[in-house]
Amino acid sequence: MWRRYLLAGTALWLAAATPASAFIAYVSNEKGNTVSVIDTDKWAVTNTIKVGQRPRGIEFTRDGKFVMVAVGDDDTIQVIDARTQQVVDTLPSGPDPELFTQDAQGKLLYVANENDNTVTIIDLEKRARLGDIQVGVEPEGMAISPDGKILINTSETTNMAHFIDTTTHQIVANVLVDARPRFAEFKRDGSELWVSSEIGGTVSIIDPAKHAVTGKVTFEIPGLRREAIQPVGIGMTKDGKTAFVALGPANRIAVVDAASHKVTKYLLVGQRVWHMAFTPDEKYLLVTNGVSNDVSVIDVPAQKVIKTIQVGELPWGITMVPQ
Amino acid sequence: MSSLTARQNQSGFSLPEYLTCLNGIVWREALRFLHQRERFVSALVRPLVWLFIFAAGFRQVLGISIIPPYETYIPYEVYIAPGLMAMIQLFNGMQSSLSMVYDREMGNMRTLLVSPLPRWYLLFCKLLAGTAVSLLQVYAFLLIAWFWDIAPPPIGYLTVLPGLILSGLMLGALGMLISSGIKQLENFAGVMNFVIFPMFFASSALYPLWRVQEGSPMLYYVCLFNPFTHAVELIRFALYGQINWLSLAVVASCTAAFMIGAIYAYDPSRGLIRRGPAGGEA
Repeated sequence: MWRRYLLAGTALWLAAATPASAFIAYVSNEKGNTVSVIDTDKWAVTNTIKVGQRPRGIEFTRDGKFVMVAVGDDDTIQVIDARTQQVVDTLPSGPDPELFTQDAQGKLLYVANENDNTVTIIDLEKRARLGDIQVGVEPEGMAISPDGKILINTSETTNMAHFIDTTTHQIVANVLVDARPRFAEFKRDGSELWVSSEIGGTVSIIDPAKHAVTGKVTFEIPGLRREAIQPVGIGMTKDGKTAFVALGPANRIAVVDAASHKVTKYLLVGQRVWHMAFTPDEKYLLVTNGVSNDVSVIDVPAQKVIKTIQVGELPWGITMVPQ
Repeated sequence: MSSLTARQNQSGFSLPEYLTCLNGIVWREALRFLHQRERFVSALVRPLVWLFIFAAGFRQVLGISIIPPYETYIPYEVYIAPGLMAMIQLFNGMQSSLSMVYDREMGNMRTLLVSPLPRWYLLFCKLLAGTAVSLLQVYAFLLIAWFWDIAPPPIGYLTVLPGLILSGLMLGALGMLISSGIKQLENFAGVMNFVIFPMFFASSALYPLWRVQEGSPMLYYVCLFNPFTHAVELIRFALYGQINWLSLAVVASCTAAFMIGAIYAYDPSRGLIRRGPAGGEA
């Protein structure tokens, strides 16, 4: 019981100190204009934070002190203090920010501005806009290579993954992928870049050194039309052995063997599953179900869905405190 | 025997005597079950056909909604598993009733009923024996279902046991009550038509009640008042380590009512049994 009381005040600190214990997840509710706070000890929503219009991309700062959420219709990124759970600041993004990523040190933030075809670079310490990089039409997915040298942006309409040099801020390569690339994720060792294509229904495996698609993960669910399978969010375990891919209106998470790129299992979750986040100990994976307004919890070692928690309206993104 | 009667007159029967009787009845039922391998196989095949074929077709049809005791979205196979477990017990209960009719036709029942132990106890032993057989069948089904990814929490396999015993007793007592009214084996088809099918289909075994209510409010009430629905729900909740109190109350009261009814019906001085030696009025 004492642990629960402690949690109320020092949730984040405790989460970082005792990985087996409770963690806090923040879920952006696109239509509800709120952020739901989930306690993974109780598996319940403990707070709902009112934020700006159309919150989507959401991520902890590297130090775990703040949560940044892109509020697209307000053309800005809001900063939530994880201790007080209140909006304390804003960051200057371009118009309609959707997803963003940060460098390993947590100093620079790269934001995809969906309506402006640009990626904005923000200095997180000074909270100042450093400049913009012109990319393809409707930029969305953002990822940074483990060595920090390459920034990836995917553009939904151009159907490309743009490789951007983080020192020169120039595009060094463009890799064509299947229709409507949504999300990009590097393997921890930097050997592969995975890009999900919502309309194409695939995940492209890209060799970051050769800038070439070397393989594809395909999905097939008996009884479901191909169009219903729309890969979006990707989560990869730290050991790089297993990947989880959210399949949107297929209402399923695909478990993929990251070495063979083959699906080993499909897990039934809520409607229109979108993004996901691991607990720092990787025991659980939380996924957002947009249409059914809930978050499903997957037991990662058992590869089983154990619970579904009601959150706000149209949950989109989710983040957990970094370890 | 004279000493037995004398003791009976003084203080009834001793516990070992009761146990001997129980042992005899259960052993006979077990032997009968073991010797009828086809019965065991068919008892397993029936729910498995439902699981593999029927459920496969309905996978995408069932609407998505989380209902207790489930805590997340479940595939249809997981939903119907408790219903199929109850179906095994329903068929088993009716099969016991069939065997009662058979025993009566063959004259074996007289051997049972001439026992000096009280009639209610004999019937209860018979009921327990039938329930024990149904438990074997259900656990065999659960084992196969586990390979089909129907894996309740491990503790559920234990917590479901009391639920299964109670629902097995209820359905067995119902079968017994019905058997008292059936005079010939051939009439058993009627039991299938008028008992098993309506009980199974008008219940929460195949569809959740909220779904039935959407389709037809009247059918919803039929399902709600169907004791089989409550047997299914009792098993469903118990399988996830929970108790559905309403279902528990309904199943317990129905068990008592059917049991009393069966004892009454098998009473030689009042019930149907006195009408004829074998085959009743036939």
